[in-house]
Amino acid sequence: MIIGGIDIIALVATLMAASTPVLLAATGELVAEKSGVLNLGVEGMMIMGAVGGFAAAVSTGSPVLGFAAGAVAGAVLALLFAFLTQVLLSNQVATGLALTLFGLGLSALIGKGFEGIRPPPTAKVPFGPLAEIPGLGRILFSHDWMVYFSLLLVAATWAFLRHSRAGLILRAVGESHDAAHALGYRVVAVRIGALAFGGALAGLGGAYLSLVRVPQWTEGMTAGAGWIALAIVVFASWRAERVLLGAYLFGGITAAQLQLQAAGYAIPVHLLSMAPFVVTIVALVLITALHRQGSQAAPASLGRAFHASS
Amino acid sequence: MITLVKRPAPSRLWAWSTPLLAVLATMIAGGVLFALLGKNPFEAIRTIFWDPLFGPNAAYFRGQLLVKAGPLILIASGLAVGFRAGVWNIGAEGQYVIGAICGASVALAAYPAESGLLFPAMVLAAAIGGWAWGMIPAVLKNRFGVSEILVSLMLVYVAENLLAYMAFGPLKNPQGFGFPGSRNLQQYPAAHNPELIAGTGMHWGVVAALLAVAGAYVLMHRHIAGFRIRVAGEAPRAARFSGVVPARLVAFCLGLSGTPAGLAGLFEVAGPAGQITDSFNAGYGFTAIIVAFLGRLHPIGILLAGLLMALTYIGGDMAQLMLQLPAAAIQVFQGMLLFFLLGFDFLTNYSIRIRGALA
Amino acid sequence: MTGDETLLAVDGLTKAYPGVVANDGVSFSVAPGEVHALLGENGAGKSTLVKMIYGLVRPDQGTMRFRGAPYAPAEPRAARAAGVAMVFQHFSLFEALNVAENVALGMENPPPMRTLGQRIREVSQTYGLPLDPDRLVGDLSAGERQRVEIIRCLLQDPRLLIMDEPTSVLTPQEVEILFHTLRKLSSEGTAILYISHKLEEIRALCDHATILRGGRVVGSCIPREKTARELAEMMVGAELQLTDRAGRTAGEVALEVAGLSLAPLSPFGPSLKDVGFELRMGEILGIGGVAGNGQEELLAALSGERPTAPGTVMLGGADIAALGPNPRRALGILAAPEERLGHAAVPDMSLTENAILTGSVRKPLTKNGFIDMAAARGFADEIIRAFDVRTPGAHVAARALSGGNLQKYVIGREVLQEPRVLIVNQPTWGVDAAAAAAIRQALLDLAARGAAVIAISQDLDELLEISDRFAALNEGRLSAPRETAALTLEEIGLMLGGAHGMQEAAL
Repeated sequence: MIIGGIDIIALVATLMAASTPVLLAATGELVAEKSGVLNLGVEGMMIMGAVGGFAAAVSTGSPVLGFAAGAVAGAVLALLFAFLTQVLLSNQVATGLALTLFGLGLSALIGKGFEGIRPPPTAKVPFGPLAEIPGLGRILFSHDWMVYFSLLLVAATWAFLRHSRAGLILRAVGESHDAAHALGYRVVAVRIGALAFGGALAGLGGAYLSLVRVPQWTEGMTAGAGWIALAIVVFASWRAERVLLGAYLFGGITAAQLQLQAAGYAIPVHLLSMAPFVVTIVALVLITALHRQGSQAAPASLGRAFHASS
Repeated sequence: MITLVKRPAPSRLWAWSTPLLAVLATMIAGGVLFALLGKNPFEAIRTIFWDPLFGPNAAYFRGQLLVKAGPLILIASGLAVGFRAGVWNIGAEGQYVIGAICGASVALAAYPAESGLLFPAMVLAAAIGGWAWGMIPAVLKNRFGVSEILVSLMLVYVAENLLAYMAFGPLKNPQGFGFPGSRNLQQYPAAHNPELIAGTGMHWGVVAALLAVAGAYVLMHRHIAGFRIRVAGEAPRAARFSGVVPARLVAFCLGLSGTPAGLAGLFEVAGPAGQITDSFNAGYGFTAIIVAFLGRLHPIGILLAGLLMALTYIGGDMAQLMLQLPAAAIQVFQGMLLFFLLGFDFLTNYSIRIRGALA
Repeated sequence: MTGDETLLAVDGLTKAYPGVVANDGVSFSVAPGEVHALLGENGAGKSTLVKMIYGLVRPDQGTMRFRGAPYAPAEPRAARAAGVAMVFQHFSLFEALNVAENVALGMENPPPMRTLGQRIREVSQTYGLPLDPDRLVGDLSAGERQRVEIIRCLLQDPRLLIMDEPTSVLTPQEVEILFHTLRKLSSEGTAILYISHKLEEIRALCDHATILRGGRVVGSCIPREKTARELAEMMVGAELQLTDRAGRTAGEVALEVAGLSLAPLSPFGPSLKDVGFELRMGEILGIGGVAGNGQEELLAALSGERPTAPGTVMLGGADIAALGPNPRRALGILAAPEERLGHAAVPDMSLTENAILTGSVRKPLTKNGFIDMAAARGFADEIIRAFDVRTPGAHVAARALSGGNLQKYVIGREVLQEPRVLIVNQPTWGVDAAAAAAIRQALLDLAARGAAVIAISQDLDELLEISDRFAALNEGRLSAPRETAALTLEEIGLMLGGAHGMQEAAL
């Protein structure tokens, strides 16, 4: 099915893969923000995941180990952020920015020897006859296992936040750290855990970029995906199921934009590359304008430092 | 067990010594990093911090110091005002790019006319461009409540793509043999931002940076408007009580930080850089954030921090040349500096106590 | 006492913070089913003491025994497991979560949500505290919120229930319902540790009282056998000074408010609905009400922080509804908000800078917009002297001052600017008795000099003491003001919304 020089089936099929990095990163950030911490270092954690995952996968030949290393790299960076903001009580906005700047630099340093290499391929899930269904097969059943794993993670996150006691405690900490502290919950420990999870998912998202999406390592390859992930959390009004929607919307724009470039339209390529960012801003405006009428969606303690005075 | 106890009042002593402590810690951690990269750490630190100022070719490098420090100080002075108020413009890089595009466009449109009014017109265009780009997040924040952090940052990517588009498209040098990039403004006297005193690196951008420092100091530490801005950052409700209108504050701060960023872009493109290319922006907009914090958001501090950060740029280039230290190592170095600074900052407001010592 | 009669025994508890000994060798005991009062001024150490019993703070010295066994809870979880539950004055509910989720968070092993909802309904009916488990806590009134806390405790069958200033958020009728519930609990064998500084309540409810002053136990008594005045003097340690309210005459109308409505300031806050009143020069209008019924909103609308519709606020016949705080200050309307740290004062700024915060309009603290630091310091020193603010000097940060001293500074800052109209919200909240008396006297003196004063307060005794007329703020609506002298506490309670329709369920 080709409309205006664009293969629609291919477009929708790439959408799922194109969305995966931001979907993972946004889901992780959602959990961190639900616990009341704003970590603006997603971009830095993603790119550390990208380089860490790439280096590990190339060195070991195993993409699975690569993804694991990516998650660890992201989590380690997140723990650094957690130490500064939760223990040393530094400003969250500034520390998040520092994390991004530091991650971009460090990844470039680590990645020096890995440029121009192809990583080991990540396995596709063998769906057998399902993949042969015309149209639908290619859209839904033609992807590698990380795509499905990331969907599973989103569902698990949703269920965790919505139905588990630990999820309830995490949300409570994000709503009012003073009240949670008064009831005896360990605010700082909960937040450190949430941050580490967020970092791991951001790292996983970054590793997906370097191992599957591109697939190779180039300096600064996240190119704003981490910031888009942050925007998606706001767009999703801090709800896991809407993160999926936001990520797919963004993935769709990215995929469409690439398809348009490939289709050889006379639109300058740089103006097309701008599109995801412009669309994100517009989406943010629409969703926040919409929410002004209703109740506030953001966790009430988001971004506020907690220090137990007693 | 070690616990933090809030001080009854912020410590002035620590407020000014933490940056020094952070620089020291960064040198040590940086030394470790350089050693891990197989370089002699002492040589690397000396190459970065000593040689540009007092080494064999110091005469050349000292001039570069002002060239690099100028835009950093100019941008950081504006950003610091916003940060003090709790308005987070982290898109100075975008405002810098737009300022450069606007200013250069004026020059390229006038080419090859020679007029004394051209340079002022470019300055004005750059100021308006940077201001307008900063006002986008301000308007979206005030009208719709969208986070200025995200919007200002997204606009960096928009601006960078616009820059590339301009360099490959409308602003491309028609006599450039198809190479991307605009005409070189260094060869267009009316539009050139020259070195004012030979060998010093002093150009109009440095003058603007010094004026910005003085202006920011008077505003923030002498005038009631600056007092209210500081109140807004520390206690938003108290600010409202003292007559601050939040929407006006947001617009003021984003405009005030966008304008110098735009100007810095122009002085760079019309001076040291010379032409619009797709990679002409060197990340000054982001490094200026580090400078603002390192200078403790204080104008005088920013002046010193800007010079120090410029030194790491020049020293980094030197280390790259002499010791084959990767360029990214300096970026890591700068990132670490900000980390250490934020990490040590708690000493200003908290004292460390070993549990039980008081009982 | 023998082990049988003692539920909780506290022996020599000591806790020091930098610069202050919050508890110094505190000992007392509570028997099963006893309602035991901890009586003391703000800052006497009551909160620290119960935090130690609840496991939030670890004592430096001293021991506790609970049900005959050594008791040293490392965290609230351990205290709850032992059978100690606590109803907090502030900070223990989550507005964006529903009632059942809030209750679950306060329990060790909560049943599944559906069962929990059922149990909440059952227990709340049994004790006459009806609650819907599915409602968001943010949408509940202050009294209902307290019910959530109480039910959270009751679901765990506690042996000891700690209540920290529970009646400060209740109307007199709601207090009656609460007491009914507490007596029922006590008759079932649950001991209650009741913290308050309200003497009549303690006399009505408690079997025994331990009195704290400056972190030490200074006495114990059976409250029914003492008069309120005797209790007060034990608590304060000095003879009480009564405020002097003679010599005021109401003059012409100063401020006229009509049809004033305002949207909520916070997501779950109340809105102001059609508020109207007249304020005369030389009078004090008392506005009573339970916190969270629109007090902050009313102050914001009057101070100019939130401009309102044209014609809703008039000063001497001129419409000032659209003016911000500084133009209103220029006209002589000053205000002192409730929250000292962060609203009335900037915590990290010096007292001198805090003098500039509101003083720069009426006092010559600036020249062409440039701050005259010497003048500002002079004004700060003047406030410190005139209001006996205990501080090493004007250079000290606001957050270093005690609540009472900072409140004196904040009120003094406005009073010394000689306002035509002064609006104060909770002028003596969390302030020690001596400071509170000084603040009340300052307001009375200001009115005697001819200024108009609006005192918004939860403390009904305070309003009865100083105000000429009284109006009640309930769910954003203001009742018609009435002469204070002719009012009874019962009538005031009804003006405040009575029991909010819960009376029958309880009695």
